[in-house]
Amino acid sequence: MKAISVVVVSAALAGGGMIASDAIGQAKVPAKPVPEPAAPAESLNPAKPVRFTPPAADSIPNDDFGKMVRKGEQIFVNTQVHAKKYVGNSLNCVNCHLDAGRKANASPLWGAYVAYPAYRSKNKHVNTFAERLQGCFRFSMNGKAPPTGDETLVALETYAYWLSTGAPVREKVEGRGYPTLAKPAATPDYARGQKIYAQSCALCHGANGEGQMSAGRTAFPPLWGPKSFNWGAGMHDIKNAAAFIKANMPLGLGGTLSDQEAWDVATFMDSQERPQDPRFSGSVAETRKKYHDEPSSMYGMTVNGHVLGGR
Amino acid sequence: MNRRFNVPVVSLASTACLLLAGIDLPAFAQSSAQGSTIAAKGTAAGAIACVTCHGAKGEGNAAAGFPRLAGMSAAYLTEQLENFAGGKRQNPVMAPIAKQLTEGERKAVAAYYGSLGAAPGLASDSDASLKRSDNGAWLAMRGRWEDNLPACVQCHGAAGAGVGAAFPALAGQSSAYIAAQLHAFKNGTRPGGPLNLMKVVASKLSDAEMSAVADHFGRVGAAPAASTAGTTAAKGAK
Repeated sequence: MKAISVVVVSAALAGGGMIASDAIGQAKVPAKPVPEPAAPAESLNPAKPVRFTPPAADSIPNDDFGKMVRKGEQIFVNTQVHAKKYVGNSLNCVNCHLDAGRKANASPLWGAYVAYPAYRSKNKHVNTFAERLQGCFRFSMNGKAPPTGDETLVALETYAYWLSTGAPVREKVEGRGYPTLAKPAATPDYARGQKIYAQSCALCHGANGEGQMSAGRTAFPPLWGPKSFNWGAGMHDIKNAAAFIKANMPLGLGGTLSDQEAWDVATFMDSQERPQDPRFSGSVAETRKKYHDEPSSMYGMTVNGHVLGGR
Repeated sequence: MNRRFNVPVVSLASTACLLLAGIDLPAFAQSSAQGSTIAAKGTAAGAIACVTCHGAKGEGNAAAGFPRLAGMSAAYLTEQLENFAGGKRQNPVMAPIAKQLTEGERKAVAAYYGSLGAAPGLASDSDASLKRSDNGAWLAMRGRWEDNLPACVQCHGAAGAGVGAAFPALAGQSSAYIAAQLHAFKNGTRPGGPLNLMKVVASKLSDAEMSAVADHFGRVGAAPAASTAGTTAAKGAK
């Protein structure tokens, strides 16, 4: 049990990884093999977290380096336009990484940047930051990974690097990923989550999780369905979603839902259909066993008579 | 899988059905036509014509701070009229007028204004030229997240064109009107809206910040009407 009580610092970007720290889901299932912690924890110095504030948003240098920083920032906030060919859904990076990737506890880019290269259990090798970004496009954006060296990756990496000015490398940085969410008092429940969704989430994300558009642009991101992140994205994992929701939702009212409510509504959200995991082997059961064999993933489970991932 | 997460395994297929009842188009048209008459002439019960203050085409009166109504969602306008009539939204001019309208008339006039063309939105990538020194524009486009304050456009749309029935357009409203509403949200003379979001937001703004952010949208609202053509045509077609 000791191993799982270690605070797992997030894998940073909302796509592709086990993002939030969580000892709960694991602690409740001692019979199961303990899921591997998010990879960066393995390579990070376990010392006390360090505080960090990124440079002011308006202090991007006015030179050729700054131009690339700015390009990265624009891709980040308007991915639909500036990285269109690599995106397969309606999302923009900034939908989860709030305040243009600056906000603490919403998987800020400055927290992620200094944690790579890192070994990730997701793909069982040491990933560079650029490869991590490719994972975001493949899973969270349900699109195509930009090829190595592509300007999209260069720009995003440059923006993340600039945001990390002065951040300690390979240390735990406060505000990285999402804060650890306490164990729910009651087993997370779909029906309770559905009620919370209707009360607190549907206003923006729509009655069926479809999100809302304004003047042709995504105003509120779809949470499930064909225009949302796919089954390979970190956010499909209930413990990650619960941690994100608790810290950041509803927008501007982060921290107002109880821990229990966050677990419940995350369970509801992540029990809906969404685009197939791009690593799909042809068999849902086999894909679950290979990539989703943990209780906080609903992939391959039957909900409302439907096998998730199986359509 | 064990019951780590309680999810229904029996079908609840009907749950999601029929959430969106179709709009009754003939009734809507009739309602909108009745609304047009009320807007132009007022009612026999004494409600004055909307055009008196809100302009011939519902464009509002920036100098007086009377809001634009054209192109706002009918559901939003209905709710506001109900709030005026019921005293939840306090305004010495609108309260008596809303009370003079029947519930049906309030709906009709809201349907009419909802059917008119919306204001042009902000240029969508205006972020690029954003300067921190323009505090109003910065708050509108970026917010102040150190204080958990979202940008206006995050809920009202990147172009300020509004989102659904709950988040009204800001583009097209005057500085005076927006500033007055921010104060009303803050001091409680207008309900805080869904989830009380606007009360929370307005409470984080100083008077100077409210003016700055209102001025930002007011400038956008002053954009020439010529650029509305596309939006107006699209709106008018429905």
